Amino acid sequence: MIRRWQQGILDSLEGLGRFALFARDTLGGLFRPHTLNRELIYQLFFLGVKSQMVVLVTGAFTGMVLAAQTYFQFHKVRMDTATLAVVSVSMCSELGPVLTGLMVAGRVGAALAAELGTMRVTEQIDALRTLATHPVDYLVVPRVMAVILAMPLLTAESITVGIGAGYGIAVGFLGVEPGYIWHNMVTYTSTDHVYTGLIKASIYGAMIGLICCYKGMYCPDGAEGVGRATTAAVVYASITILVSNLFLTLFLNRVLGTHD
Amino acid sequence: MIETRQLHKRFGEQVVLSGLDLRIETGECVVIIGRSGGGKSILLKHLIGLMQPDHGDVLIDGECLTGLSERQLLPIRRKFGMLFQSAALFDSMTVAQNVGFALERSRQWTAKEIALKVAEALERVELPGIEQKRPSELSGGMRKRVGLARAIIYRPSIILYDEPTTGLDPIMADSIDHMIVRICQALNVTSVAVTHDMRSAGCIGQRILMLHEGRIYASGAPKEMFESNDPVVRQFVQGTSEQEKTP
Repeated sequence: MIRRWQQGILDSLEGLGRFALFARDTLGGLFRPHTLNRELIYQLFFLGVKSQMVVLVTGAFTGMVLAAQTYFQFHKVRMDTATLAVVSVSMCSELGPVLTGLMVAGRVGAALAAELGTMRVTEQIDALRTLATHPVDYLVVPRVMAVILAMPLLTAESITVGIGAGYGIAVGFLGVEPGYIWHNMVTYTSTDHVYTGLIKASIYGAMIGLICCYKGMYCPDGAEGVGRATTAAVVYASITILVSNLFLTLFLNRVLGTHD
Repeated sequence: MIETRQLHKRFGEQVVLSGLDLRIETGECVVIIGRSGGGKSILLKHLIGLMQPDHGDVLIDGECLTGLSERQLLPIRRKFGMLFQSAALFDSMTVAQNVGFALERSRQWTAKEIALKVAEALERVELPGIEQKRPSELSGGMRKRVGLARAIIYRPSIILYDEPTTGLDPIMADSIDHMIVRICQALNVTSVAVTHDMRSAGCIGQRILMLHEGRIYASGAPKEMFESNDPVVRQFVQGTSEQEKTP
């Protein structure tokens, strides 16, 4: 029993070490000029452009439900016109990046892990290595770079659509005064809230790319192995986003001073 | 020249290679035989640095591969071409992109030159005109031949074949065997093939090595191996199971 625990701890440490080396290799590759190639453009299209629909729908409905719920509470204390300011600050600094991260982790993360995992179990990654090509440079770096670049753009779209949808619900459906609600939103939302969201989005992009590519590159053999790697990739990426969000919020508030 | 010294490899409790010593001269065509799961493919992956041994050394032209990082191994791997058991073609690419992959990555050739070399390599494996097909549109034998074209296009000095005829019908297997012999002679390369197909081993190999219990158990010309009186070699060559041996 104790031996099994020891082995488990050793395996976990080995996995962490392997992930650290993998991350070092990948992040080092991001700054090499040869990574700006066709593969990056294709990945930007596949991971970024094709994720827009799911991100926009999530942003729109989150903005609408947040506006409705905020209105229901604020209406009791006659603060109806502050509704959109709450929606805006929440979408910019928390909900926009986190929900976009979770949706991208689900859609893109699963695809990354499954694609690379299948390549591994069918020996395509070994074939790359025999052709004197580093698999991290060729496969991982363009994917991670594409997610890092796409995430802030998707988050910006999600925030914009969320605020717009919240405005539509508040003004069009709940009958809040449009001039005041807009004025309050602009007054209480600072550029630092937007920076917070976009910085978080880039960091989540790096996390999603690294975790999901790592899970694919080191997935166990067979179809079951690919399935398990895909599930693990999405779960680990999602949990990492949620946990790191707390620490990023505290850190960025301290750095950017958005709580002032 | 390929050399291994006291190569050891284990996966958990399972010992796969236990002090394997091997020497293959430049230009030699060697076949490694042995039972399924006996570590033949693992040995092949050690020779090209896809796997690192627990102990021991692998030397390619006197250069030791053991302990080198993935990036340090890349230039050494340019000496190698490898045909995988499953061909391992990149399924997101066309045949032409697969075959011309190494040339395109080297950035020393124009698109026109690559297209010419791809056509020449496909001609050599008797598959002209299939450049625009996808790997999913090819039969098992065609996939192996495309894999072979990909392995030889940049003229490596060593070609490794992992079970080149497994899963093919006897006629296609014979065709692949003769193609390997022709390529070995025409390009004057060192060839190492692993197989458990004795007919294929007899056709391809100038020398046959038998891997048994993690070591090279026997070595000799095909004729010597086929006529060997050693019980382990004879059992494998004749393909008799333990039950059949028992009266």
